[in-house]
Amino acid sequence: MGSIVLEKVHKLYGNVEVIPSIDLTINDGEFVVFVGPSGCGKSTLLRLIAGLEDTTSGAIRIDGNDVTETPPAKRGLAMVFQSYALYPHMSVRKNIAFPLKMAGMDKAEIDRRVEGAANVLNLTQYLDRRPGQLSGGQRQRVAIGRAIVREPSAFLFDEPLSNLDAALRVNMRLEISELHQSLKTTMIYVTHDQVEAMTMADKIVVLQAGNIEQVGSPLELYRNPRNRFVAGFIGSPKMNFIEGAEAAKRGVHAIGVRPEHIALSKDSGLWKGTVGLSEHLGSDTFCYVNVEGIGTLNVRTSGEVSVHHGDTVWLTPGEANIHRFDKDGMAIR
Amino acid sequence: MATKHSRAAARLMISPAVLLLLGWMIVPLAMTLYFSFQRYNLLMPGMEEWTGLANYQYFLTDPAFFDALTNTLLLVGGVLLVTIIGGVMLALLLDQPFFGQGVVRILVIAPFFVMPTVSALVWKNMFLNPVNGLFAHAAKALGLQPYDFFAQAPLASIIGIVSWQWLPFATLILLTALQSLDQEQLEAAEMDGAGPLSRFFHIMLPHLARAITVVILIQTIFLLSVFAEILVTTNGGPGTASTNLTYLIYAQSLLQFDVGGGSAGGVVAIVLANIVAIFLMRMIGKNLEA
Ligand SMILES: Nc1ncnc2c1ncn2[C@@H]1O[C@H](COP(=O)(O)OP(=O)(O)O)[C@@H](O)[C@H]1O
Ligand SMILES: [Mg+2]
Repeated sequence: MGSIVLEKVHKLYGNVEVIPSIDLTINDGEFVVFVGPSGCGKSTLLRLIAGLEDTTSGAIRIDGNDVTETPPAKRGLAMVFQSYALYPHMSVRKNIAFPLKMAGMDKAEIDRRVEGAANVLNLTQYLDRRPGQLSGGQRQRVAIGRAIVREPSAFLFDEPLSNLDAALRVNMRLEISELHQSLKTTMIYVTHDQVEAMTMADKIVVLQAGNIEQVGSPLELYRNPRNRFVAGFIGSPKMNFIEGAEAAKRGVHAIGVRPEHIALSKDSGLWKGTVGLSEHLGSDTFCYVNVEGIGTLNVRTSGEVSVHHGDTVWLTPGEANIHRFDKDGMAIR
Repeated sequence: MATKHSRAAARLMISPAVLLLLGWMIVPLAMTLYFSFQRYNLLMPGMEEWTGLANYQYFLTDPAFFDALTNTLLLVGGVLLVTIIGGVMLALLLDQPFFGQGVVRILVIAPFFVMPTVSALVWKNMFLNPVNGLFAHAAKALGLQPYDFFAQAPLASIIGIVSWQWLPFATLILLTALQSLDQEQLEAAEMDGAGPLSRFFHIMLPHLARAITVVILIQTIFLLSVFAEILVTTNGGPGTASTNLTYLIYAQSLLQFDVGGGSAGGVVAIVLANIVAIFLMRMIGKNLEA
């Protein structure tokens, strides 16, 4: 079991308000991703749930029990740290066994569980090495191994992939998702990378300056962002925002349209512009088009369309996919 | 860049310093070795003659030698024990955030700046003195008999004084090591269910192993040659109860004017220091490997 409920959780560091007030429900077995720009309080929130920081006020419930005053070890959660936080003087085997040893489990059961975890994570041949003799990805796996042997009611991950190179990141992303599929344990995953959030989450919590901007499934957030911040944060490349006359024409303060929802044509369309930079990714090409009176718009075209710097092109946004925002940045439906 | 050329140049450049240091070391060593084979007494100048191993024979069969040897080892071991255990505990305390941390840290380091003769005299006259000392006053205030530290526990008293001097050094080294411990490791251990004691023994102590090794090695070098503290307090007595090897050599050469015997003692001390060094490196040297 692992449902987690935050009620009016509030956190001050000295006089600095890091988390004003957060209410959030995480259901058992969900994969929840906290995403937001650096410094928005994601780690703080995770550490509050873990019990590594005290809440200034508010309550945290795990499976219905108030754990606000419970020490971290008694909350039944396991955490994977950004720096892995492996114990450098212990072998991989001892690292993974450490929480079990602390729990006073008997030797045979510890060995069984460590072997099991090592098997799942492909660490069997490294069990007798020290963390210093492992690659980044292997260390990451040891950290995960140390978490899963405890069979916690929920896993907490704090930017676990940010120290890995791009290829490894994609692999580990899959591995963690697979782990979630097979364990079906609640996981809370913190990242600043919206791609990780979109690909892994059942439910995304978008944070900004300690406030929840929106909670929802990846596609919900993509299709119906509640405000300009979420609209700009979710989706890659970023949504184009247009203010001024073009927005006023539609009776709103600002409109937003994603690069993939703008059609590019060489002979006719709504907006006329000239191609500035274009980024060729092979499958897609992203063109930065300077449109008079609007500004620079990023447009996705298929990789086969050939456009060059200085070409004149016409852009047409898909009317159904235009997001409208009022003066406060809230979406108008 | 370590090219062949730059390496040759580097050798050339450091050679004067190396030669100077070598000469500085070799000349006294050679003279000590030379004197140790001479019958050389300051009371009988001009009577020097070759005596072979007689000096060594006298020095090594002197009952005072074995007392001095044990005292030396007890002194080194005792001070190491006190400073390491005390240093770890002080470092743990000083690592906690508290009001006036900066001032307290400076105060803790202060004893290290007091020269050995001064601190030994302060301890002798103001604390341990059986008539005027602070401890004597405290004992009398409690209606107890004052304890004559230097008469009844001379070596332990000296161990106490020397420990007091070296505790700051150990504390400082251990504190910096403790501060370099990754907090996330401690937090991970906390989440893994390790209580404060388990965290100390499983995470902090292994992390401190290298710093403790450094403290042991450096302190041993200096503790083997403790002298001033003994000279100004007990003069090695009562009897030989607080005589260490350094003090015995001093007594031999300058109280009995037997330079030959003192030199032989010096050579013995060098051998002993090297035995201790090899023993230490065997035991804890692996902690220094990265
Ligand atoms: N121990 C602390 N004392 C004071 N301020 C802190 C402390 N830890 C974090 N903060 C502040 O809280 C804010 C949120 O930090 P954090 O939760 O680490 O952000 P994130 O993980 O989203 O990048 C930051 O502005 C940071 O400066
Ligand atoms: Mg963070």
